[in-house]
Amino acid sequence: MTKLPPTRSETVFADAKPPYGAAQALAEANRCFYCADAPCIQACPTEIDIPEFIRKISTDNLKGSARTIFASNIFGMSCARVCPVEVLCVGACVYNEMDAPPIQIGKLQRYATDRAFAEGWRFFEAGPDSGKSVALLGGGPASLAAAHELRRQGHACTIYEQSELLGGLSATGVAPYKMQADRALEEVEWVLGIGGIEVRTGVAIGRDLSLSELRERHDAVLIGIGLGPDRLLAAPGHELAGIRGAVAWIAEMKTKALDLRGIGRAAVIGGGNTAVDAVRELLGVGIGEVTLIYRGSEAEMSGYAHEWAAAKIAGARAAFRCQPIGFTGEAGQVRGVEVVSLDAERRPIAGGERVIAAELVLMAIGQSRLGALVDGVDGLTLAGGHVVVDAAGATGCPGVFAAGDCANGGKEVVNAVAEGRRAALAIDRYLRGGEAL
Amino acid sequence: MSTMTTPDLTANTAGIITPNPFWLASAPPTNSGAQIMRAFDAGWGGAVWKTLGQPIQNVSSRFGGLHHRSSRAIGFNNIELITDRPLDVNFREIAEVKRRYPKHGVIVSLMVETREEWREIIKRAIDAGADGLELNFGCPHGMCERGMGSAVGQEPALNERITSWAAEFSTVPVLVKLTPNVDDIVPNGLAAKAGGADGVSLINTIKSVIGVDIDRFVIEPRVGGSSTNGGYCGPAVKPIALHMVAALAREPAFGLPISGIGGIASWRDAVEFLLLGCDSVQVCTEVMLRGYRVVEDMIEGLREYMRAHSFARLSDMVGKAVPSFREWGELDMNFETVAKIDPATCIGCQACVVACNDGAHQCIHPAQGSRVPRVDESECVGCNLCQIVCPVPGCITMAPVDNGFAPASWNDFIAGEGLLRPKKGAH
Ligand SMILES: Cc1cc2nc3c(=O)[nH]c(=O)nc-3n(C[C@H](O)[C@H](O)[C@H](O)COP(=O)(O)OP(=O)(O)OC[C@H]3O[C@@H](n4cnc5c(N)ncnc54)[C@H](O)[C@@H]3O)c2cc1C
Ligand SMILES: Cc1cc2nc3c(=O)[nH]c(=O)nc-3n(C[C@H](O)[C@H](O)[C@H](O)COP(=O)(O)O)c2cc1C
Ligand code: SF4
Repeated sequence: MTKLPPTRSETVFADAKPPYGAAQALAEANRCFYCADAPCIQACPTEIDIPEFIRKISTDNLKGSARTIFASNIFGMSCARVCPVEVLCVGACVYNEMDAPPIQIGKLQRYATDRAFAEGWRFFEAGPDSGKSVALLGGGPASLAAAHELRRQGHACTIYEQSELLGGLSATGVAPYKMQADRALEEVEWVLGIGGIEVRTGVAIGRDLSLSELRERHDAVLIGIGLGPDRLLAAPGHELAGIRGAVAWIAEMKTKALDLRGIGRAAVIGGGNTAVDAVRELLGVGIGEVTLIYRGSEAEMSGYAHEWAAAKIAGARAAFRCQPIGFTGEAGQVRGVEVVSLDAERRPIAGGERVIAAELVLMAIGQSRLGALVDGVDGLTLAGGHVVVDAAGATGCPGVFAAGDCANGGKEVVNAVAEGRRAALAIDRYLRGGEAL
Repeated sequence: MSTMTTPDLTANTAGIITPNPFWLASAPPTNSGAQIMRAFDAGWGGAVWKTLGQPIQNVSSRFGGLHHRSSRAIGFNNIELITDRPLDVNFREIAEVKRRYPKHGVIVSLMVETREEWREIIKRAIDAGADGLELNFGCPHGMCERGMGSAVGQEPALNERITSWAAEFSTVPVLVKLTPNVDDIVPNGLAAKAGGADGVSLINTIKSVIGVDIDRFVIEPRVGGSSTNGGYCGPAVKPIALHMVAALAREPAFGLPISGIGGIASWRDAVEFLLLGCDSVQVCTEVMLRGYRVVEDMIEGLREYMRAHSFARLSDMVGKAVPSFREWGELDMNFETVAKIDPATCIGCQACVVACNDGAHQCIHPAQGSRVPRVDESECVGCNLCQIVCPVPGCITMAPVDNGFAPASWNDFIAGEGLLRPKKGAH
């Protein structure tokens, strides 16, 4: 596994939600009502039995607690840190109904799963060899979760990953104050620990190998390649140095030491979660003035309100109802973003032009969709750039399945894991088709 | 994982073999076949069927809870009687459960009056497939007024006589369920043994009044304008149950297998009963409050505990704490501990300061310039109160002190054989 440099920029960040000690975990676990048909379970895409794992913390059965979590979600360790729990399990906790602080499910989950990692507890074994093999395209959470489940069912697995790192955006995308890349890679190793998952990095499907070739080599294929690179705004001046895609910049910040010389101000274009993360990250690595530029109003932002609130506390500035119309520069280097104010119907207001100074501009206006890879494969259809799948993850092409961002259009790690596992179970049924159950 | 040996949880209680030692006690969770089958699916190893006997009728309401601070129902009481479902239906369901779950233990609880009634009902229970019988000599309300339940359990001669009928009529193991409403459990256990019982289960519920409705001036649970004493159970009764179990387990003349009951709410509680000599444990209140699903944690917790202590099977651990039980006069008077507060984990609540100052020996003092209190070890009597009140697990430890005195008990001292260390905190 590729080693990450210890000097990488993300290491300046501390945990936004620090881990629990034993006393805190016990106090919090004892507060849980152990609801039946619990709303928190329903709010979790992987349906972890949350009240059960919390009860086990309260009786000091930490191993059982971790087992309960991992049985539903093999990425339970990272999900504990990176899930937007405020809008998932914690948001559904019945304590909210009493206007009392909800149970800190993410922190409790982290408490149990960190312990499992520290102790080296393992809970799952590969099933008896089925003689079948499955190709998994992309090495992000969707493929890894699927591969783990497929191994439990006894199928051989090969992951084809274009980069040198596994983990996908869980390693190179999530904000470092939630989880750093080394921890994500540790989790990848832990998942691979079930054995029998062959990993081929540096292989881009569509460039080095085609989907049709893979279908010949393997009995089934799972597409888990996530979304494509950042979309960029083609406004005048966009070729200036210092204008970058936000996801690409974040990946660099997480895996390398950034060169920030000469950058005193930065701007981020967009109003989604990637934009909000990028703002907090720029402030965190030491850029003094960071402005979010968004077409809509603050209330219209698609980024989570709790994340944006934290960005504002960290010192973020914002230019709402502003449309970038160009970039100014000096000696080939960007110096500012030209924007025009928009009215309530998002029409430019005459005379509303101004320049927001920035030596670094990050574009967070979405990631590009799938293209050439799936062209010409019978039965595979795209809608809005996503692979079309049924509820179990099957595409229209027999033996080809898809899961994660590439199929759901871009959600969270926990969705990718849930879909990956569901697709693996569908693949298992497909491979055993004809066998009596 | 298969690389580690998995401890064997198979339990043998007086010849009743169950896949694990966790049984449902005879109570509402074992009212019907459909319930018991769901319980077995959830992982329970055995179930003691809700007590069968002559038809009765129940009142409304039936239960009361003792709530303490933020904890609901640390104690529970009820004024319900034995089964109110027709005997025919019960026997048909017992047969069905046994047919579908042959490896699980179905123990049928019985309570009738006359010798002929006992003969008849035992035959029907065994014909239906009972793996064992439990004689309910414990119910402290409603049935005892009719000369059954705890009226039998409180009278050793009656207990022995009825047990002997059951032993005569039964071809399967007979457990006698004892009542805690006695001042000494031992004669009652010995009576069951003399009557030919194969084992005992204890405790049944404790006579109680759970509370008073202070606006209506009526005791609870309220049945219109009045109520009656009920049976007390749940976590709060565990210490009483443990004491009674231990008393029988260490009685040399006793020696029968024990199924432990009373306040078991987690695997830790179950382990305590096993260490005090129980071959299986029974649970009622925790299941009534939280459902059959609690058994998953119980099984897992017990298994991990056994693994951690390298117990391969239950018999390796059953009774391991029994020899530690001594009369007060045999305790080592020279054993000395003092409280130590860990400054790294102390949260400065000073609950210990108040507790020691008002409830013990005035030897924990607020410290200058720090929220972490100071223990005056020369005055600390080692009573544990501060450790009990401290909200941070592990923060206060009771550290043994080497005072140079050889072990000596009060009995040694009285016999002129031991030298006692000077008293602490007695000025
Ligand atoms: C900036 C950012 C922050 C985020 N923060 C969070 C967060 O805090 N919490 C959260 O839950 N989610 C977060 N997400 C979303 C989350 O990371 C994704 O939903 C999740 O990683 C999707 O998993 P996946 O396996 O579907 O795709 P990815 O994680 O994208 O993995 C796809 C993998 O496929 C590889 N690949 C792509 N094309 C090919 C090809 N042709 N051949 C071979 N390999 C290929 C890629 O290199 C990549 O490794 C964030 C996303 C971004 C962009
Ligand atoms: C509502 C209720 C009904 C009960 N009915 C019976 C019964 O029919 N027969 C019996 O032997 N014990 C009966 N019990 C006693 C339980 O089996 C058990 O001995 C007691 O509750 C202690 O265990 P616990 O602390 O786990 O609840 C009943 C208890 C309750 C709470
Ligand atoms: S628990 Fe069920 S039976 Fe009892 S009072 Fe409530 S609804 Fe009625």
